[in-house]
Amino acid sequence: MATKAEVLDFIRVYADKMAEHRQELTDFDQAIGDGDHGINMSRGFKAVMEKLPTVEDKNIDDILKAVGMTLVSTVGGASGPLYGTAFMKAGAAVKGKEELSNEDIILAFDEAVGGIQFRGKAVEGEKTILDSMIPAINAIKASIAAGKSMTDALVDAEAAAWGGVEYTKTIIATKGRASYLGERSIGHQDPGATSMAYAFQAAREVAAKAGN
Amino acid sequence: MKKFINDVENVENEMLEGIVLAHPEYVARVEGFDVLVRADKKVGKVALVSGGGSGHEPSHGGFVGKGMLDGAVAGSVFTSPTPDQVFEAIKAVDAGEGVLLVIKNYTGDIMNFEMAAELAEAEGIKVANVVTNDDVAVEDSLYTTGRRGVAGTVFVHKIAGAKAEAGASLEEVKATAEKVIANVRTMGVALKPCTVPAAGKPGFELSEDEMELGIGIHGEPGTERKPIQTADEIVDYLMERILKDMDPKAGDEVAVMINGAGATPPMELYILNRRVQQILADKGVKVFKTFVGDYMTSIDMAGASITLLKLDAELKDLLLAQADTIGFKMY
Repeated sequence: MATKAEVLDFIRVYADKMAEHRQELTDFDQAIGDGDHGINMSRGFKAVMEKLPTVEDKNIDDILKAVGMTLVSTVGGASGPLYGTAFMKAGAAVKGKEELSNEDIILAFDEAVGGIQFRGKAVEGEKTILDSMIPAINAIKASIAAGKSMTDALVDAEAAAWGGVEYTKTIIATKGRASYLGERSIGHQDPGATSMAYAFQAAREVAAKAGN
Repeated sequence: MKKFINDVENVENEMLEGIVLAHPEYVARVEGFDVLVRADKKVGKVALVSGGGSGHEPSHGGFVGKGMLDGAVAGSVFTSPTPDQVFEAIKAVDAGEGVLLVIKNYTGDIMNFEMAAELAEAEGIKVANVVTNDDVAVEDSLYTTGRRGVAGTVFVHKIAGAKAEAGASLEEVKATAEKVIANVRTMGVALKPCTVPAAGKPGFELSEDEMELGIGIHGEPGTERKPIQTADEIVDYLMERILKDMDPKAGDEVAVMINGAGATPPMELYILNRRVQQILADKGVKVFKTFVGDYMTSIDMAGASITLLKLDAELKDLLLAQADTIGFKMY
């Protein structure tokens, strides 16, 4: 489960991570893309942090939707619509909730990844955000089904997400600007998969702190 | 990094302010947005909106005006503008006849423009779009996002803009834009990389004796890196790729664009053009009109691209139709 305070904490921790890893994500993107992923994500989450105080008294769905709208209108590139759609879809999945059950959390993740797939017209294995996100969500589902706590499930999810990031080094990009490189994209990790892995890292840290 | 900037966060905004101050007779800014529209605002015809990341000037704001675009949306440097910005441009230029979005084929641009189109359609505005993909350096296959939209996009602005100015319907303007897209091919080369202000360092490294062939307009690494050659040899390489793809026959007519990437002097562009014209003459391909200059730049990249557009009677007429914008004039 997750309380509203934890959802807000997750957003803040993730925003901090995007600021902290701004240069690293930009460097990964310079290798195979257009070199702005960290710049765009940190700009977007800076705007989210400015927006957050105006919505933190609202329901979780309104908070997530406000984060999504802010990302869509401030990140730009492909990441803006993708991350923005993910937060908006996650919000819509938990309408009216003040607190999230484990089922709610899984549903929100499923809706978020569905939104990214719809908007980006991508599938797993194309060297995108999905390559860390889908394994992480599958890990949560498997761990919860095996009777683990959400805190432990998120430890598994983060590990799966970083495994996915490693996997992106071995494959050719077929979506996004890295696809223009063909085989030259092999050996480089995907910046989008990396920024998504930090989302699961943020969630794991928040859950561990709350002890759910 | 050595640039004429005040604050990396404010580069796009200050540039737009400067453009409007320089050319108030051509463009006005939509208050509070990074959108330039024609100074004469809504005109009773199909409206054209294009845009993309900043850093390609004079694209796209420089082509706003009579006979070309009605609105241009400027994103951050090399970053697609966001849906709210594009939506604002659509609303600002729609005169009830519909709006054609001219999108360059990049994942981010397509997603952001599509989201904007969904917002506009929800408000009852008729929107259609075309996606330019003229770059022959990129394989168009299941395994890529498809060809990139590069300098050939300017021909789409010019010709579809002329079609709209002549009073054609949204469907007709779109069909003409698609005809241009089907017949335009480009390939580029870089000698020196460009530096995105917010990144502060070049997007890739090239040593003094190297060039990057098949370069994209965002400083994306190209398809092949080779030791630098003479201008003629470089043109031969690029033209071989373009002609192989386009396969013009003797007697065909083309428009030529030799586009500078931002830091290449006109002198060198004309040297490239010389060889392009020789090759076309040898093949018996007739050059109808040539454009040499900076149309679709990549900030401070040293480099150039060659664009060929195969013409028919309709495209020739529309290419020569009157246009009056900051960056492209036809009298």
